[in-house]
Amino acid sequence: MGSYVNPVYPHRRPPELDGASEARHPVIVVGAGPVGLTAALDLAQRGHAVIVLDEDNTVSVGSRAICWAQRTLEIWDRLGVVHRMLDKGVLWDTGKLYVGDRLIYQFQMQSQAHQHFPAFINLQQYYVEQYLVERCADFPEIDLRWKNKVVGIEQDGDEVRLKIEAPDGSYGLAAQYVVAADGVRSPVRTMMGLKFDGQVFNDRFLIADVRMKAEFPSERWFWFDPPFHRGQSVLLHRQADDVFRIDFQLGPDADPETERDLDRVTPRLKAMLGERPFDYEWVSVYSFTCRCMESFNHGRVLFAGDAAHVVSPFGARGGNSGVQDADNLVWKLDLVLRSEAPAELLDSYSDERVPAARENIRHSTRSTDFITPKNAASRTLRDAVLSLAADYPFARSLINSGRLSQASAYGAAAGLTADAGDWSGGPAPGASAIDGPLGNGWLFDGEDRGFRLLAFAETAADLPVEAPVGLRRTVVARRGGSDGLAGASEDSADVLWRRYDARPGTHYLLRPDRHVAARWRAYDGAALQAALRRARAA
Amino acid sequence: MGEKAKALRIDPAIEDPDGFYNALVDCYRDLDESRIGLFNARLILLLANQIGDKALLDEALRRAREGA
Repeated sequence: MGSYVNPVYPHRRPPELDGASEARHPVIVVGAGPVGLTAALDLAQRGHAVIVLDEDNTVSVGSRAICWAQRTLEIWDRLGVVHRMLDKGVLWDTGKLYVGDRLIYQFQMQSQAHQHFPAFINLQQYYVEQYLVERCADFPEIDLRWKNKVVGIEQDGDEVRLKIEAPDGSYGLAAQYVVAADGVRSPVRTMMGLKFDGQVFNDRFLIADVRMKAEFPSERWFWFDPPFHRGQSVLLHRQADDVFRIDFQLGPDADPETERDLDRVTPRLKAMLGERPFDYEWVSVYSFTCRCMESFNHGRVLFAGDAAHVVSPFGARGGNSGVQDADNLVWKLDLVLRSEAPAELLDSYSDERVPAARENIRHSTRSTDFITPKNAASRTLRDAVLSLAADYPFARSLINSGRLSQASAYGAAAGLTADAGDWSGGPAPGASAIDGPLGNGWLFDGEDRGFRLLAFAETAADLPVEAPVGLRRTVVARRGGSDGLAGASEDSADVLWRRYDARPGTHYLLRPDRHVAARWRAYDGAALQAALRRARAA
Repeated sequence: MGEKAKALRIDPAIEDPDGFYNALVDCYRDLDESRIGLFNARLILLLANQIGDKALLDEALRRAREGA
């Protein structure tokens, strides 16, 4: 079953087994999944040597994450790999919602035009991992070690020491920091005896990934109570290679062993797809839990992705939030490793990403409670919403078949500078900055590594006499308004000024992860330096 | 400062109370338990959308729950 052939990556004998020094490394990443590989690429692009340890020798097997959100694509653009995902992935923007056999409404994911990247692409996780692994080969800084399993971990104030089992022997490694991106069953978390509490959901779901020639458009289709699967919900997504993900809700009493039997799955699919021929790619029955660590930072061990938090699949919030963990963590780790920021900067990683994970869990739990009502009363209420939705627009806003992943806005974390001045829109401090056309390209061009200042100007008087030193500055002029503004680029589609609620003289300070650190209605050099220090925890 | 915080009305505000009550009971006629449940839920949702205001809805939920 399955048309994708998993690559087998070669294992190389670790040099430590032949007497290479077990010297202290700056960073070791445990886990070569989407999160660990993203972190490794980001570290390498910032010039850090990084060892990645993975106990397996291939990419993800079977059907796992498939929907990758715009924010994730932006991050992979910065890492120079997104074109692979875009070339292979299926772009989609439309969600359709059916109750029974009736189309109740449809929605567009992308609410605005002039976007660099689509709201979502669908791509099987194994392709994502494969492209990230192949991109790692461009960086001599990355030492990717397959079949290297972490079997012991200890740390003190200076370093983390790992015990590793490779096919040809055991050895030790020491690192200033360890990024534990080793998945939901995280051996690192288990070895450290850390809690991973949360909520268990009883409903079972059947995933059938099938390959078929179908004229279906590339859209997300969700049914409540369809004629081919009465009383339950069904979700359909198109993936690359003409593979369709079909997700059948089975209820809490379904027996996973029986339900994954193809003799039982095939009639379900035929009821839905008619006589259209298909081949199986993957079949499994799952239930899910929502869990989150209390803190992602434990001394010098930093947890990310599923190792730190898991959610239900509704909303595509697992893989995307993990990639965003890496994005939040790595620039901070970079500054700390360069001694340009104190180690306390890393506290803000956990302080920002734990609430982001809890927000994801809250959204996904609400979706789950709508899709799988827990008692007769909540089912009645849910059915009332569905019965109203066709004729009453207000009821459509109550239908929750998964609120799809968007970049989290960080709350009042220590590194942000609260708004002063008069704002009626634009991304507030903590929110993710918004891309848009600039000149002949885009505001975010993949070259962002450090802090960046966005300056909106109509005349030179809107800018300081001397540009700030050591900080990339982008001057955004109005469309047709760059004359007399040296180095300015034009708001070529007339959207950036609006998206940033800009007036002449408005300045935004963006962090390396493109979240807004501070913004002002007029340039103030002292305030800028203070905001930069604050964002670096200096 | 500005507008007074909204509070849920608890003074009599329903026009023709007896008529409304009778009309409500009439709606249950010939419905089985599950249809009555669906009717009640649809009515709650229609009225909730008419109110809209989060503070008022929260207060209504709290007051309804207190007596249940």
